[in-house]
Amino acid sequence: MTVVVVGAGPAGLAAATELRRRDTHDVLVVEREAAPGGIPRHAKHQGFGLRDLRRPLSGPAYARRYADLAEKAGVELRTETMVTGWSQDRPLELTGPRGRETIEPDAVILATGCRERPRSARLVPGSRPEGVLTTGTLQQLVYLKRRSIGARALVVGAEHVSFSALLTLAHGGARAAGMVTELPRHQSLALVRAGAALRWRVPLWTRMALTAIHGRPRVEEVELTDLDSGDTRSVACDTVVFTADWIPDHELAVMAGLAMDAGTCGPAVDSALRTSRAGVFAAGNVLHGAEAADVAALSGVHAAAGAAEFVRGSSWRDHGVPIECEPPLRWISPNLVDRRMGMPPRARYALRSAEFVRGPRLQILQDARTLWDGRPGRLVPGRTRSLPHAWTASVDPEGGPVRVRLASRG
Amino acid sequence: MREPLDTDVAIVGAGVVGCAIARELTRFELRVTLLEAGPDVGAGTSKANTALLHTGFDAKPGTLEARLVARGYELLGEYAERVGIPVERTGALLVAWNEDQLAEFPAIRDHARANGSGELRELDLEELYRREPHLAPGARGAVEVAGEGLVCPFTTPLAYATEAVLAGCHLRRSSPVTSVARLEGGGFRLGTPGGELRSRYLVNAAGLRSDELDRMLGYDRFTVTPRRGELIVFDKLARPLVNHIVLAVPTKITKGVLIAPTVFGNVMLGPTADDVESKDDTESTRRGLDYLRGEGARIMPELLEHEVTAVYAGLRAATEHVDYQLSVHAPDRYACVGGIRSTGLSASMGIAEHVREQLGAAGLPLEPTAGAPPEFHMPYIGELGARPYQRGELIERDSDYGRIVCFCERVTSGEIRDALIGPLPAVDLDGLRRRTRAHMGRCQGFFCAAELAARLDRAGS
Repeated sequence: MTVVVVGAGPAGLAAATELRRRDTHDVLVVEREAAPGGIPRHAKHQGFGLRDLRRPLSGPAYARRYADLAEKAGVELRTETMVTGWSQDRPLELTGPRGRETIEPDAVILATGCRERPRSARLVPGSRPEGVLTTGTLQQLVYLKRRSIGARALVVGAEHVSFSALLTLAHGGARAAGMVTELPRHQSLALVRAGAALRWRVPLWTRMALTAIHGRPRVEEVELTDLDSGDTRSVACDTVVFTADWIPDHELAVMAGLAMDAGTCGPAVDSALRTSRAGVFAAGNVLHGAEAADVAALSGVHAAAGAAEFVRGSSWRDHGVPIECEPPLRWISPNLVDRRMGMPPRARYALRSAEFVRGPRLQILQDARTLWDGRPGRLVPGRTRSLPHAWTASVDPEGGPVRVRLASRG
Repeated sequence: MREPLDTDVAIVGAGVVGCAIARELTRFELRVTLLEAGPDVGAGTSKANTALLHTGFDAKPGTLEARLVARGYELLGEYAERVGIPVERTGALLVAWNEDQLAEFPAIRDHARANGSGELRELDLEELYRREPHLAPGARGAVEVAGEGLVCPFTTPLAYATEAVLAGCHLRRSSPVTSVARLEGGGFRLGTPGGELRSRYLVNAAGLRSDELDRMLGYDRFTVTPRRGELIVFDKLARPLVNHIVLAVPTKITKGVLIAPTVFGNVMLGPTADDVESKDDTESTRRGLDYLRGEGARIMPELLEHEVTAVYAGLRAATEHVDYQLSVHAPDRYACVGGIRSTGLSASMGIAEHVREQLGAAGLPLEPTAGAPPEFHMPYIGELGARPYQRGELIERDSDYGRIVCFCERVTSGEIRDALIGPLPAVDLDGLRRRTRAHMGRCQGFFCAAELAARLDRAGS
């Protein structure tokens, strides 16, 4: 087996298709779900495919399109198959209805995606009733299983995905009791927020934390706490949807002993999306929590280029210099730099901030040198700010870590 | 006139203690009925505890609790191996962090000797940190309790109840006892929403409500004050951090917070201990979670860098007395098995044996059943042995054991199917979780909740 791609979401399918386009002989995609396509399978709204397929599609149509492309390209897809073992120096162990087997590919592309942190990981106290979900579960219940959800839901979070949860709730026949975010503003587009306010009259509570969930056997009410005044209020609802707060599904990466990036919680990669283990690449949202599907797919294409070259015999260089973010900057991806490894996906570095910053001035530094200094535009938590890549040419491979810092706030 | 009886023994409460008693009594020629108020067995106090297989080394010597924990430890250890209840014999390290705690060691070692738990070995600090390298610096001393271990709190009551049902026990779930009356000529009439039950003998294993049932029978001996314990379960990626059960030294004020692996491969931090008003108050609290995180940071700071998989709270049936409230009244044909606090899981088989002996002495005829006990094996949900997804030969026979539905916990379609049928099928998501581990992992249902809900619906219709 030449290349194994783990995960048949947009990143994995795009990577596999690209590998075949580059004449890589055997490409096997393993997918633990029963159908390929990843998260878009159950994200029924429009807006997929703009940056990669150059056409607007719904999530399910987008997922089908990528599955078709991969199949036509001659990719072998194995669904209901999970990588259940992969420690250092050992082959991949696959488990599926066909049984258990081990394979030793020449290269691996990890495209295992990400998930939303559930209520427990966010340490929200209270009872443990029915009706507490993530957007992912909500979408699957409504679109894949056509099951009834509650009547009145609180949406935790105010990012793009939180507004998509509103759509799903409406589709499932539930009203939104409100949206709550600990941040001072929502983090989606003004138009999206205005649309939701107009269409469903959803109140948006900012600088408020969800501090308790009550009810049994189903959610009955939640407690919200004003982060500035400390005042609390209760909101009656029978459903709580935890949105965003993404974490890469990184178990396999950790199991494989890959070096991890503290900011992204994903495997550390350089601009060719190479991980710390020879022949192992990573692409899409396993690198850093959720980007849009088309961005993940383009990242898959990018990783495939490196993987195709590697299986043709190019040597594996050691990793470059790490890039670190200083608060309030949260993470940057790729997070290793070696100027010989070429441009990052889409010729840009993706940066996230934990805070809103209007007109920030950012600096990229190495030791005492300033590699870049610029004003990339407003920083919004949960949204990516792109940084250029030309500065990577002046990184000293023998120097200290590269640091990205907020020099001033406008 | 004597009323005809429906059953020889009615056991009220299908927690780990009630189920163990049901299992014990079905080994004899008796009609046994097990009544459970909730939708499933083992779904109250029994499911939300620290899940230790406890030697009883620190119990108060001379108490019934000390004796029955020691006996139950032996019996459950053997039984678990036989029927497939996950057990891990990790041993425990009792770590002292200051002079006061260090000063408790001699008394703890005396207790252990008196309780027949053997000699507790003192570890020097070099050995302590070699065996628990991620422990915070600053420990002052430690003793090892080699016999302590972990046992699956879900499979244990399910195994007892499964064996009991296979042996003919009549299990009635969702059957709260709403009234009790004594029958003329002996016996009891129990009212439940599903109808009356007339029984010759009555066993009160009602846990948090054992005091209420006891009062309904005219006694006034103890009051259950629910003591809430909150626990934090960390991601499996934290499992390599801890090798033993790391116990706190109990002081006069608190029994302290422990860090331990779980049989599912996670790491547990807890419990808190707060007396609460309501017997339904299993809510976790901000204060409790903050306290646990503070203790975690003090004992093993690296643990807090890991993701939290689950938070839960359970209630122990604490009373104003030090010991179990266990007594059998011969003239009354009534056994009260109340006030079983945190040691019920470990002691369960010891308690059951004791209750059976006492009932026998009180006149319950104990004729062993003819033939062999039921042959059965519980689905294995621990981490030490092979799970179905790891068994190629099993998948070859039935490919559903190769279809992983819950990715985080690696639960297969075959296991879900099995849990929804059989002698004791799951009726809700929590029941499915306790039988298979599905939905118990780090994603808490992001990937599998919708599929599980659909499966439960199909099984219910």
